Amino acid sequence: MSYLVHNLKTVPTGWRKLLYLNWPLILLVTAVACFGFLMLYSVAGGNFQTWAEPQVKRFAIGFALMMVVAFIPIWFWRNVAGLAYFISLMLLIGVEFFGQVGMGAQRWIDLGFMRLQPSELMKIALVMALAAYYDWLDDERVSRPFWVLLPLLLILVPMLLVLKQPDLGTALLLAIGGGAIMFLAGVSLWYFLAAFLSGGGLVAAVLFSRGTSWQLLKDYQYKRIDTFLDPSSDPLGAGYHITQSKIALGSGGWSGRGFMQGTQSRLNFSPEKQTDFIFTTLAEELGFVGGMTLMVLYALIILFCLTSAFGNRDRFGSLLTLGIATTFFLFFAVNMSMVMGMAPVVGVPLPLVSYGGTAMLVLLIGFGLVQSAHVHRPRRAG
Amino acid sequence: MSLLNRDQGKGFKRLNRRAMLLFGAQAGFMALLGSRLHYLQVVEGKKYRLLAEENRINIQLIPPARGLIYDRDWVPVAQNDQNYRVVMVREQAGDVRKVLDRLRKIIPLDDKDYAAAVKEFKRRAAFVPVTIAEHLTWEQLAEISVNAPALPGVSAEVGLSRYYPLGSDFAHIVGYVGPVSDYDLKRLDDQDPLLQIPKFQIGKTGVERKLERRLRGLAGTRRIEVNAVGRVIREIDRREGKPGANVQLTVDRRLQNYVEARLEGQSAAAVVIDVNNGDIVALGSAPSFDPNKFVTGISSPDYRALMDNPYRPLANKTVQGTYPPGSTFKMMVALAALESGAIDTRETIFCRGYIDLGKQRFHCWKRSGHGKIDLKNSLKQSCDVYYYELAQRVGIEKIAEMARKFGLGERHQLPLNGIAAGLVPTKNWKKTKIGEHWRIGDTLNSAIGQGFVLASPLQLALMTARIATGRAVAPRLIKSIDGVPTENPRPPSLGISRASLNAVRGGMFAVSNERGGTAYSKRIAEKTMRMAGKTGTSQVRRITRKERAAGVIRNEDLPWERRDHALFIAFAPYDKPRYAVAVVVEHGGGGSRFAAPIARDIMLEALYGGEPPLKAYPASQRTRIMNERKKLKLRAPEDYPKAKDRA
Repeated sequence: MSYLVHNLKTVPTGWRKLLYLNWPLILLVTAVACFGFLMLYSVAGGNFQTWAEPQVKRFAIGFALMMVVAFIPIWFWRNVAGLAYFISLMLLIGVEFFGQVGMGAQRWIDLGFMRLQPSELMKIALVMALAAYYDWLDDERVSRPFWVLLPLLLILVPMLLVLKQPDLGTALLLAIGGGAIMFLAGVSLWYFLAAFLSGGGLVAAVLFSRGTSWQLLKDYQYKRIDTFLDPSSDPLGAGYHITQSKIALGSGGWSGRGFMQGTQSRLNFSPEKQTDFIFTTLAEELGFVGGMTLMVLYALIILFCLTSAFGNRDRFGSLLTLGIATTFFLFFAVNMSMVMGMAPVVGVPLPLVSYGGTAMLVLLIGFGLVQSAHVHRPRRAG
Repeated sequence: MSLLNRDQGKGFKRLNRRAMLLFGAQAGFMALLGSRLHYLQVVEGKKYRLLAEENRINIQLIPPARGLIYDRDWVPVAQNDQNYRVVMVREQAGDVRKVLDRLRKIIPLDDKDYAAAVKEFKRRAAFVPVTIAEHLTWEQLAEISVNAPALPGVSAEVGLSRYYPLGSDFAHIVGYVGPVSDYDLKRLDDQDPLLQIPKFQIGKTGVERKLERRLRGLAGTRRIEVNAVGRVIREIDRREGKPGANVQLTVDRRLQNYVEARLEGQSAAAVVIDVNNGDIVALGSAPSFDPNKFVTGISSPDYRALMDNPYRPLANKTVQGTYPPGSTFKMMVALAALESGAIDTRETIFCRGYIDLGKQRFHCWKRSGHGKIDLKNSLKQSCDVYYYELAQRVGIEKIAEMARKFGLGERHQLPLNGIAAGLVPTKNWKKTKIGEHWRIGDTLNSAIGQGFVLASPLQLALMTARIATGRAVAPRLIKSIDGVPTENPRPPSLGISRASLNAVRGGMFAVSNERGGTAYSKRIAEKTMRMAGKTGTSQVRRITRKERAAGVIRNEDLPWERRDHALFIAFAPYDKPRYAVAVVVEHGGGGSRFAAPIARDIMLEALYGGEPPLKAYPASQRTRIMNERKKLKLRAPEDYPKAKDRA
């Protein structure tokens, strides 16, 4: 095990690890979270207690967790990846039986002190498991059918469970996130072409099954697709969210109405203003400039993950970093597309900004893993 | 070893290559998101900002105060009274039913109102005030205020509601207002947003309806910021509306009151016109009704009583009712004959009580006949045969032409509804409308104002005014709107020779002032006030030959609806005419006996501007007149509202 021997000499230890953390990334994550606190403060009409305070507390806990995860060596995380995946999968099955039903979907387990959404946990666990899998797998076998089928199952099982809840957004994130890691690992492009075609077939099946006895999605999900395709068809009913969201967003203009000056969210025209649709408030109050600032921050986070991964010759750490970056990207890309009327309303929060516990914790744990991979990356001796 | 090798292997390079690809795609998608944001916020920003304002800002209408209606002396006949209503807010009331039950002990609230209020509470948002009851008295309001602690969420509001202080006197002229109905919306084709306000009151009949646009005024607006559920956050600004225009009528409230009182108990109409300018100073139609009942919503038994009354209280008979004018039409025949030279004032015609025309016999009202009779006496005694002869000489077309000159058969423009045109028949009219040829018998019937001829009391009064002045007097009901006097030019001459007019006027004078005149007993004794008139008794049934042989049944023995209409028209003073009066008593009987005394009383009231002195009446009638007057239900002078301060 020369890897360990070779590396243990150069990898920082103890508190020295603090110096080797990817600090720009930590600052960027904190900056985005602060952006979120400001918006939550504004959405609550200038009230700190309503949403901002609990969010700050969660961030503090999450931040501490991120640090703990970062200090733990990356090889530990590689060894527990399978276990993490297994536990997440068990919890996901658990919500089928013990889950609380909220908003027409089974999504969380009430632990007493917090509501745990196993689907959020699974987003990270899947990335970990796949990264570990491809770290273990010989390069020559990557594109062999059996060795492709295995990770495919790792993706599909939780995805179908999540879809059953039903949570279209998370299912989408799991599928694309998992697929991205397979792509990065070097699985033959032919598989992706095949997947793309069968995916198209599935979409067709979903649309054609509507109204039949074997209908694949729930009625409200079909309705969301309808309103996505034509929001004006039902402006006060199902299309209300999209229409109001676009109005709030568009009314921001170039520089916005000013912090705390947004009318649409304050007067409750914007739906779920503190969670999935918080970007509308941000864009309304801070305008195009504010919206682009957040996007640039997001882009920088991904860029720092990317450079960290490129400089990392450990396959697990590299894949994990890229996988988490991609998952992070999918969060805000899906959320923003939805808010801007480019995708159906699927219920994905704006990462680090939207009010909500599990997503915040899971993302910070994810960045902890990225930090761990960064700190414990293999270095040339001497 | 394998782990060490891996980091330099083919896989690492491929990983980096694929990572570049994947993150290149991500960067591309982010560019797409950025451009979408740019499109929504910068390119389309103005559009969405507008939509956002529409979302946020509601425009509320402030109903303007409706214009008031005054009589000719600026005494209000339609005004806006404060209407106290009680409203309740659900979120403040808590248990709605409990509070309503308590409220019920203070104000009358029947089960229907109660259920309606509960239903309204369920339908509306918790913060919307719901009106529970309207038109409360001051006492009820005070009691609610005293009990305020026990009535959470209940508060009193003041609104404006129409009130007609003179009640039934002006019901047919002013009309009444009521809540706008679906039918009104269709009928009006009016885009005024005020009409969309629930229970907004608009004019339904009379002047209220015809001058609706002027009386309504312009709505003010209040821009308010609301949140997504409609709760008012704040008022942004307010633009005051324009109150409706005040309308001044030509009608004199006291004369109008006298006319209504004098006609009471009969189905009758009376019109008084100022002959010099056409001002309608009284327009009475009996029986009348209380318009205030319609404002607050008339009860269905009350409404049914009005509808079932054979005297038709809701109809304004002065303009809507048309009657055969009977002998009052004879002036038209006389003027047509005089003007065409078919007769002169000296020529006499022999009346033997009837004339035969082919197989048909046309009777004079006096069976024994009037003997040799000239124009003046033909009017004085109302000889029918004289006019049968005249009509044959001039023909129906000339008669019709003359009648039209005097305003018959014409729909006069007044702000009242259902104004009837009446009918002046011609040969052409009969051919097109009935499809029969004109017969000479039709001409004879028309000559004595029977047959097809129809006229409204307004037209008869107007005809009288035109005879009195020789000018085309036009009726006027509105003296001023919004302080601007309505046009009132001196009426143009009718172009009828003074000699002809004087001959007819002389005949009319004889009717009322010479012994043997059909209305001699209903004369005015005061020399300076003497009136010239003409009686009319128009049949509504056909008297068969058999009945005539057996003796015509007296009116008193007939059922009410088959009796003759009694008519009388007059102008006075004879030497310098001021007023023209027309009275029609539906199925009243003889014009001389039943319409003439009413017309004389009204005329004197108009001429003296109030109660006439007894010396105006013939000495023998004074005691009776005095007693009759005492029985009239006249409004005391102090019961009128205060006149508007013109300063």
